[in-house]
Amino acid sequence: MSNKDIKKATHHVNQNEGLIFERSSPGKKGYRLAPLDVPEVDYAKALGSSARADLGNMPEVSEMEIIRHFTRLSTWNYAIDLGMYPLGSCTMKYNARVNEYVARFPGLANAHPYQPAEVSQGAMRVMKTLSDCLLDITGMDAITLQPAAGAHGEMTGILLMHAYLQSRGNPRKKILIPDSAHGTNPATAAICGYAVENLKSNSRGMVDVSALAAQMNEDVAGLMLTNPNTLGIFEQEIHKIAEILHQKGGLLYMDGANMNALVGKTRPGDFGVDVMHLNLHKTFSTPHGGGGPGSGPVACKKILEPFLPKPVIVEKADGTLAFDYDRPKSVGRVRMFYGNFGMHVRALAYTLANGPDGLRQTTEDAVLNANYIRKKLEGDYTLPYQSPSMHEVVFSDSIQEQKGVKTGDIAKRLIDYGFHPYTVSFPLVVHGAIMIEPTESESLEELDLLVDAMKSIAREAEEDPEFVRNAPHTTRVKRLDETAAARKPILRWKPASAKSAGD
Amino acid sequence: MRYLPKSPADRAQMLREIGCKSIDDLFAPIPAEYRLTRDLKVPRQMAESEIIDYFHARADNAAAGYALFLGAGAYHHYRPVVIDAMVSRGEFLTSYTPYQAEIAQGTLQAIFEFQTMICELTGMEVANASMYDGSTGAAEAMLMAVRITGRKAAVVARSVHPEYREVMHTYTQHQGLPITECDYLENGRVDMADLQKKITSDTACVLIQSPNFFGTIEDVAAVADLVHKKGALLVVSIAEALSLGIVKPPVEADIVSMETQSFGVPLGYGGPYAGVMATKEKFVRQIPGRLVGETKDKDGKRGFVLTLSTREQHIRREKATSNICTNQALIATMATIYLTIYGREGLKELAAQNLAKATYARNEFAKKGKVLFDGSPRFNEFVVQTKDDPHAINKRLLEKKMIGGFPLSWHYPELGNASLWCCTELNSKEQIDAAVQAVGQ
Repeated sequence: MSNKDIKKATHHVNQNEGLIFERSSPGKKGYRLAPLDVPEVDYAKALGSSARADLGNMPEVSEMEIIRHFTRLSTWNYAIDLGMYPLGSCTMKYNARVNEYVARFPGLANAHPYQPAEVSQGAMRVMKTLSDCLLDITGMDAITLQPAAGAHGEMTGILLMHAYLQSRGNPRKKILIPDSAHGTNPATAAICGYAVENLKSNSRGMVDVSALAAQMNEDVAGLMLTNPNTLGIFEQEIHKIAEILHQKGGLLYMDGANMNALVGKTRPGDFGVDVMHLNLHKTFSTPHGGGGPGSGPVACKKILEPFLPKPVIVEKADGTLAFDYDRPKSVGRVRMFYGNFGMHVRALAYTLANGPDGLRQTTEDAVLNANYIRKKLEGDYTLPYQSPSMHEVVFSDSIQEQKGVKTGDIAKRLIDYGFHPYTVSFPLVVHGAIMIEPTESESLEELDLLVDAMKSIAREAEEDPEFVRNAPHTTRVKRLDETAAARKPILRWKPASAKSAGD
Repeated sequence: MRYLPKSPADRAQMLREIGCKSIDDLFAPIPAEYRLTRDLKVPRQMAESEIIDYFHARADNAAAGYALFLGAGAYHHYRPVVIDAMVSRGEFLTSYTPYQAEIAQGTLQAIFEFQTMICELTGMEVANASMYDGSTGAAEAMLMAVRITGRKAAVVARSVHPEYREVMHTYTQHQGLPITECDYLENGRVDMADLQKKITSDTACVLIQSPNFFGTIEDVAAVADLVHKKGALLVVSIAEALSLGIVKPPVEADIVSMETQSFGVPLGYGGPYAGVMATKEKFVRQIPGRLVGETKDKDGKRGFVLTLSTREQHIRREKATSNICTNQALIATMATIYLTIYGREGLKELAAQNLAKATYARNEFAKKGKVLFDGSPRFNEFVVQTKDDPHAINKRLLEKKMIGGFPLSWHYPELGNASLWCCTELNSKEQIDAAVQAVGQ
């Protein structure tokens, strides 16, 4: 096999670059301080035994080297700005540059969280307006922007459920979680003191409603459900699910990771959800930044409102905004200050750029793209569930596996074709899952390139499985030895003269 | 909509190929009664120029250009322009968590450098890739100490940031983990006699902050001695990370939880910031969050991967060390760049400037009023007690485009009319003199 079928990408030279510590030498400087306008203080004398001797192996480099170092590192990353990033469940959509631009306005970027309300009205107004938008989008009654990421939002939401149930006399013991759920869901339930009970899905890839009815009782606080679920399938019996929970006094939590399939088309608050989180770094286009920062607002129904983290923003009679800390039933703070405010700015900028028509069209395009890929790849790859797909589609590697080629191998080969891999081996309910979420940000041309690449890899898997198993062939590093990394972890650099970690 | 790269003809063609008459067919799985048939109530679609105007209007009635004397967990330091130039590169900004190591070496190497720098600064042996912030990191450090010791209680110093303590309470409320608080002395440091009384055989950890909320540098070695004698772990929380330029790292601690906002991260009305947790090598399997490790590819070339992920939620689910998934990678990258710019000498010089400014301001305030917590070393914050209510003083200052210290009466009523002032390299002598004069009026 060769790489002649690859249309999207061409090999090009990229620069080698060591660790910044390996560039360092004494006396080089990348800074200059303004002269001190107050008397100097001898810190060793002032701090006494609390004074530091030296800063060890911290680097000493010039500004030019810093620019080259980080620019070179950056060129080793794949990014949305380079091409499609079809990671299922991650919603890797375009991150508009105007969002970055406005988030850096000094009045917002340099605002101190404890500065007086008189000079914080603009920042608070951003939070209030975003909150109002998110409330209508979700169909909920109240919201907090404090959680820093999705999993943090989950924790906040389950704490709300706990507090509400406690206020009615019994917080209960268990949370039901479908077998297709994100790993954060069970981990969250555990942090909030709940036992996790697994809920099986049916042959259509949806919650088995009769199983739910059988498992639901007065020990169950609620269900954590992703909708559309991680198979990209809308839970069509969602109203029955909500009803079963509510009849026994439980609550329905929705993981909003897949909200990109729903915005402007349907509202969780209307179909029975009591509390949910949103991932602003997914649905609302704030950048992933190589793994964060995110933002995970939690929206809820009126019954849960008294328990929201404090402070909450309130509008006073004179139209000014203020933080209300007098919240006796609050679950407490989940984070210092008010959340990842910079992400609130970006998410609002995204919402303003779209308006109601843009948000609806965005959702429609996201669903259209996923269904196009589904249609084009069905047959080349196995579709384990026939239920209709929303914003993402999950295939399996069962055809390719017969030749010993697994989902992880196909993913690595996709890198050679100029794409970031899809999500590998998740959800766990599909053996050898290939989970593709194109988002709305891809043109027909880019989608066709992905389809071509996936078909080509399917052929390669048939004709030369060994070649696919050894992919990627074009990256600056080949497959890395993860087993060795975990067996004897090297988690920091040390100078050659020092003993290495683990010795 | 300008972000959407499809023409009406593209959409029609795609629907045809899928075999749908209209886009509505694809939304048929949503029961009809739950389909939204109206427009969302969000502002209408705006042009880019309108969006910029909108945010200018929000940003303009703010405090840009005011002299700022607030610290209290969020610090005003100069941010070299190189930082934003680098983190604005799409390859850092618009990439995902580096699960596919072959095409994420840039992020992975940057985080490996971050982990190394945090170890150098804190004196710990390993550091993770980041936590949400200092407050959640401190709460997670407490839970980590519980996992290590098997004990189920904690002692926290009252001189720890009040909001950090609130977050710790939120995180531990359903863990059967009682938290008791330990008092401070007149010199601002932890009351060792009280601490001695509060530690029991159930105490998993003692958590202190240094420099603490009053700006006082704790005697970490002495606290560690006492804590370790009782078989508990010591967690040291650091809110003002720049202090490590001149303050001895808390090497006697078992876990260090640090807020890195001071390292080139905008104040941003409270976030996003980045926490980080560092510890001893023997505890590495109990640390929450992501870790980047060095390894080799099959040709023997050095590379970096996410490692020890069997601790994490996507593998261990409800038995994970934490539910944290998305963290603060880009903010950690900002910190890495900042630390590279200032480096071994610059961090020391910069920290020394902060000390000089705060010392000057403290001495000037001492001429007009009472400065509390004398007799122990401090970094760039100090507490001033005044005749007038600090809120009234701050109103006066605000009219002169100055933002005064953080009033302490709410969290520490016993201190009366006291407020916490911060001076960094960005506060000029002129600003300090003006503030001292306004307070003394």
